[in-house]
Amino acid sequence: METKGEESSPTDGDKMLEHDSISNSTTHSKTTGLPRKRFYRARAHSNPLSDSHFPVPISPAHFENDCTAHFPKFFPNGSKKIEFADIGCGFGGLLISLATLFPDTLMIGMELRDKVTEYVKERILALRASSPGRYDNVSVVRTNSMKYIPNYFEKAQLTKMFFLFPDPHFKEKNHRRRVISPHLLDEYAYVLKVGGIIYTISDVEELGAWMTGCLDDHELFEPVTEEELAADPVVELLSTATEEGQKVARNEGQTFRAVYRRIASSHAR
Amino acid sequence: MEEHDIDESEQKLEAEVAPALIAVHPDQKFVSVAVGSDLRVFNLQHGSAAQLSDETGGHKDSIRSIRFSKSGNLFVSGGDDKLVRVWDTDSWRCVYSVVSEKRVTSLAVSGDDKFITFADKFGAVYVVDIGDYNEENLAPVDKKAVPILSHYCSIITRLDFSPDGQYIISADRDFKIRVTLFSKECLKGAHEIQCFCLGHTEFVSCLAFFSSCDYGQSLLVSGSGDSTVRLWDYASGSLLDTCGLGTKAGLLNSNQKEEDVLPAVIDLCETSDRSLVAAAIQSLQGIMLLRCNFSARTLTIAKVVSVAGETFIPTSIAAASSVPLLWMVMGASSLSATDSALLARVRVVSGFGTDHSESVVPESLVIEDKEIPGGEPLLQALQGKLTIGEEAFSTAAEAVKTAMRNLLIKKQYSAERRDFRKRGRNDKKNQP
Repeated sequence: METKGEESSPTDGDKMLEHDSISNSTTHSKTTGLPRKRFYRARAHSNPLSDSHFPVPISPAHFENDCTAHFPKFFPNGSKKIEFADIGCGFGGLLISLATLFPDTLMIGMELRDKVTEYVKERILALRASSPGRYDNVSVVRTNSMKYIPNYFEKAQLTKMFFLFPDPHFKEKNHRRRVISPHLLDEYAYVLKVGGIIYTISDVEELGAWMTGCLDDHELFEPVTEEELAADPVVELLSTATEEGQKVARNEGQTFRAVYRRIASSHAR
Repeated sequence: MEEHDIDESEQKLEAEVAPALIAVHPDQKFVSVAVGSDLRVFNLQHGSAAQLSDETGGHKDSIRSIRFSKSGNLFVSGGDDKLVRVWDTDSWRCVYSVVSEKRVTSLAVSGDDKFITFADKFGAVYVVDIGDYNEENLAPVDKKAVPILSHYCSIITRLDFSPDGQYIISADRDFKIRVTLFSKECLKGAHEIQCFCLGHTEFVSCLAFFSSCDYGQSLLVSGSGDSTVRLWDYASGSLLDTCGLGTKAGLLNSNQKEEDVLPAVIDLCETSDRSLVAAAIQSLQGIMLLRCNFSARTLTIAKVVSVAGETFIPTSIAAASSVPLLWMVMGASSLSATDSALLARVRVVSGFGTDHSESVVPESLVIEDKEIPGGEPLLQALQGKLTIGEEAFSTAAEAVKTAMRNLLIKKQYSAERRDFRKRGRNDKKNQP
């Protein structure tokens, strides 16, 4: 098998590194130690409707026990909880950027495709090895977030949720597979703190309009104002940090963004 | 060869057997049994079967849920024919008919009789506003249902309102119980999730409540395919206690062959004084009575009531709120393609006294057929016949168990079989 290849990720320059613990296989770049995408090719889509055959934590309390393995530098003495969730994190571009922007915040990517999850896992391990002290706050799980969000997070645990370039599912009969939908927003509202932000972006105009529509109609979300968006450093990352976003930028495509805030319900007010 | 095996196992899944269901009017004016598409109602005040008048011709497929409203003025039925029927219990006329897009799995009526809610096999819960019900209007009215919440791609197994009417509680096959605020503006959707009750390790099959005046609160109990009954604080979602019934049920059937799957809890029901909850468990000939200690927040088995003389494993249990009896039914819709006979057997447990202090063990026992309120006419009406062959019982028990397992437990495929199926996928076929 060929072991020399192009760089899979531009994030860490040409630093020569030795970390045999991780790159014992031929799937990692020799120069950067990062996993190479060609060995983690996956199908572009995975059926969110099918029965899942991967382990799912019974409850958020059970998942918290797993967190020792996900964030070894923060546990067990820390009582920190995960605050950011990148739903459908893909190859993890956003997470990697966020990890250094919010070094004290725990964040997790959720991805259904197992090979892609495997890639992100290796990528994080490689980055942790190459830049000690950084990237200890980021991890990834393979799961179907449309089905199991409540198994991972408690009520009002999260402060940010990301849905970047989700599958558009154009056909009307497949609209129920969309990751933003009126009923799924109930669950996202449940795990978000009041004041927490939900970020969505798509390069498909129709889906962008759909996501804006769903969020507009939901009683527990309100749009974030333009001024606030301009001041939020995360907003720019939506279109620049992810692999999908970079692809759109290369093709000079348009993106459609919807950023909303979780508000208190009228019952509570 | 392999292909043949697979086809056969998949064919078996096709034959869906529905368990017989029972519902009792809050004042025990009526007892209703549903078996297959047959809806049977016995009027205990008149001592005769009630005549259901339904211009559309009744249900066309297996009924999956029947219920009296809290007031007893309404009765609802729904199931595989994707129809929800609302009946006036004075006239037993079908007053509303609601079409569902998918098969209906569970029904609940709000405490004020203003809303009907139903869940479908795709995980959605719908609400129908029937606040404008008018007894003068004789023609059945077709009503539109509005989706208010959804369990993503799961099968909702049970739907209920909390005793105070504040929450709507939905349980699903993915081990989840969701507690959602239910307001008068529910037609706009029930978006605010109070909590999830997570802890079961198999499908959740049934829900019931313990209410205590002394403590001014009620607690949720749920039964599951993991063979446990769990006690929850449904306002916070905290699991208070877990009571494993499987081992206890297993002990009673030690003569049976070793089971690889624990017997599932299939139904729960509050006794009339609300101090006990009865549980029906697969392979247990009878019921278990559970008691809740409100101060310690624990759940314990108070007594096992067994049925002697016949292989009676209840498929559904119910009780009136004012009469200290517990009604049980065992039965199933068509057991095989060739045999279309419906089986239903009704038994009653008595002896729920008024004194249920901690130390007292209820002296409940299964009563003889002739002592059942309504006597032989009731049995004739609800069972279809008075005597039932012993053989039918075990067939029914087995069929109901298999059907439940097929429906609610995730299929586990071997690695070889998964590979085999992958090879047949359309996107792989075109590759050289």
